[in-house]
Amino acid sequence: MLLILVLVVLGVSHIFHRHVNDGVPLTPGQQIAIWQVEAEITFTGQGGSVTATFALPNDPNFELIEEFTASPAYGVSVERDDENSRVVWSKREASGRQTMYYQGSFKLARAAPKPNSETPPEPVSIPTLAEPYQSSAEAILALAVAQSGNQQTLVTQLIELLDSENQNLAMLRSRLSRTETFVHLLQMAEIPVNLVRGLQLEDGRRNQSLIPLVRMYVDGEWMLRNVELSSLDEALPLLIWLEGRPALLDVEGGENSNIRFAISEQRISALQDANQVLQGSEASIGLYNLPIAEQNMFKGILLLPLGALVVVFMRVIVGVRSSGTFMPILIAAAFIQTELLNGLIGFVTVVAVGLMIRSFLSHLNLLLVSRISAVVIVVIALILLFTIFAFQLGLTEALTITFFPMIIMAWTIERMSILWEEEGGREVLVQGGGSLLIAVLAYLMMDNDLLRHWAFNLLGIHALIMAAILLMGQYTGYRLLELQRFKPLSE
Amino acid sequence: MFGLASRKKLRSRGVMGMNQRNVAFIAQYNDRKLYPNVDNKLKTKRLAQRHGIAVPELLGEVEIQHGVEEIFATLSEHQGFCIKPAKGSGGKGILVVTKIDDDGFHKASGELVDHDYIVRHISNILAGLFSLGGSPDVAMLEALIRFDPVFDGLSHQGVPDIRLIVFQGYPVMAMLRLATLASDGKANLHQGAVGVGIDIKTGAAVAAVQHNQIVTHHPDTGRDLSEIKVADWRALLELSASCYEMSGLGYLGVDIVLDKNRGPLVLELNARPGLAIQIANQMGLLSRLREIENLDRVRPPNCNERVDYVLRHF
Repeated sequence: MLLILVLVVLGVSHIFHRHVNDGVPLTPGQQIAIWQVEAEITFTGQGGSVTATFALPNDPNFELIEEFTASPAYGVSVERDDENSRVVWSKREASGRQTMYYQGSFKLARAAPKPNSETPPEPVSIPTLAEPYQSSAEAILALAVAQSGNQQTLVTQLIELLDSENQNLAMLRSRLSRTETFVHLLQMAEIPVNLVRGLQLEDGRRNQSLIPLVRMYVDGEWMLRNVELSSLDEALPLLIWLEGRPALLDVEGGENSNIRFAISEQRISALQDANQVLQGSEASIGLYNLPIAEQNMFKGILLLPLGALVVVFMRVIVGVRSSGTFMPILIAAAFIQTELLNGLIGFVTVVAVGLMIRSFLSHLNLLLVSRISAVVIVVIALILLFTIFAFQLGLTEALTITFFPMIIMAWTIERMSILWEEEGGREVLVQGGGSLLIAVLAYLMMDNDLLRHWAFNLLGIHALIMAAILLMGQYTGYRLLELQRFKPLSE
Repeated sequence: MFGLASRKKLRSRGVMGMNQRNVAFIAQYNDRKLYPNVDNKLKTKRLAQRHGIAVPELLGEVEIQHGVEEIFATLSEHQGFCIKPAKGSGGKGILVVTKIDDDGFHKASGELVDHDYIVRHISNILAGLFSLGGSPDVAMLEALIRFDPVFDGLSHQGVPDIRLIVFQGYPVMAMLRLATLASDGKANLHQGAVGVGIDIKTGAAVAAVQHNQIVTHHPDTGRDLSEIKVADWRALLELSASCYEMSGLGYLGVDIVLDKNRGPLVLELNARPGLAIQIANQMGLLSRLREIENLDRVRPPNCNERVDYVLRHF
């Protein structure tokens, strides 16, 4: 019982770990978006030494996958620290038009960062504007405060005022941009506020620039607002590139600098992505490091526990009799190669014809080993014959019959034949039918895309299967078919 | 629905299911290393002879292929014989010859077979055709059982045998198994043999079933099955109870035949006796098994004491 508990905990925690930490998706075929952001930086060199510092994004909502820089004969260094990241290009002598590229691939971070709302930051004191701007700002703020009840409505009022024909506002706007005006007003109202600049990620966009946004601390939480006239598309992800007021690009020894962003989206399988992460890490000893051929082999082998689960369930809980305990799993594994209907028809045909030939062999009074060997050869001959016939008739689906394990077929025929002689044809039908029923159910489990995905990529499922099998091994209740068998005793 | 019994009802009647038998009784009371004592009939026979338990006489054994011819000398001294695989199960591979004359060998079914047929049958046994897991086997030759005339008209061909479940040395339930035409002369209930539940105290029939249905008369001979009463029942109980000490198995099936001349003989033992006996007796095994499990004994009771207990309490 303890062991079962341990297995369940182990299995669930492993699946949880794989899903949450490594990002293995729970369903197959899941895709994630990778955004390739390319920044094209241009400036005119003035003939002397040049240092261009380009700020890099530090958005906790995104993960950087890889980055490249390209520049003609520049020394490049990427500097990262907790606060800022930047790439620095430098050259002793540069004149004329200079172009350099930065390309970064980003994906949405799996674990959403905790909202940054622990301690409200102190409102910064800001320099008062020169008159008459300061009075205008104070007038606008006074108006907004008068028309609002709390911080939330104050923000709404200020945004509305930005669009109004207010004289004071026009005065301010002659010196400050919409966003700057807004930020300034909020700061005057002692609302903690930050100017951020972000990039909207939309596939195929070129010549983009950063969009100014306002991040403010209102009613105990940070919120992001766009107050520019060009509205943001809420559906598109937003990569925050800059926070606060550092310069995006700082060129020493150059002028007319310009930055253009181009964005393209790539979709990759979430599983592939998760495994790439795993391979990159140091603890990359595992299934995915095996050669592809071995991996494919394990894709098959790791399905067998599912089949075993079906066998245990059908025998212990339902009470279906089958010929050979695990023969149904092997048949089911063959069904995966042949497809169900082809497999069923092929299997039943070979076993039926094999039984007829076997009944002839029993007249020869052979010793057991030689008789089974003879049956093996007969099975091979039958499969060869069927395959040739099927090919002649153009039934390419039937060609897959070769996937059946011949030795297993031979043993099945031998066993069925002895069963027939000793217990009669009815028992053959019962046990043969039972085997096929279990095989078909096992096939349906083993062929299920979701279960295949789990069996190979979330190995914890096998601990759960093991736990279920151990649990069923302790079941001492009646089998379903015993309820029918013991019916006369309940009256 | 679908003619299923309710679990609750079966449980209240103490009916034991296959899973429970396997986990709570066979796994718990039958030590695996003792299995060969019952799975190998030759071993069982030697053990029985050492313990003074009556068994059919062993005429000879064949272990290797070229030993086959040598046993015909022995066979010719007897009127009839029976060839069995030592490790056979479920009555597989048993050949019964009732008469030998100039025509050849007369099988119990009336079929006449020749010398080669016997040789082939023994070869099949040696190759392991009938043994568990197909391992090579030994053929044993037994004296034919001349079955007691009290069972005349009760069995089609095969010898009627009495199956007793012996739990920790206490016989708890008994059943008489009668071969029928439908079961092809075999005493296997699931093949259509008739199972007659026998009252463990008196040896009288309580009920009879064929194919899970209650029957009152033998389907082939028409004999009234309720008349059956096994004579000298106590001797039979003692014989079965003594198999406990001999085999060491706590949950044991004992098959007994009644020989005209020698009385009850132990035919074979079974470490995994089936559950059909419950249907034939129209009662579950569990209440008796639990009663014996809960017995509080200072010292292990001997065979007689156990039979006394059974006769007094069940």
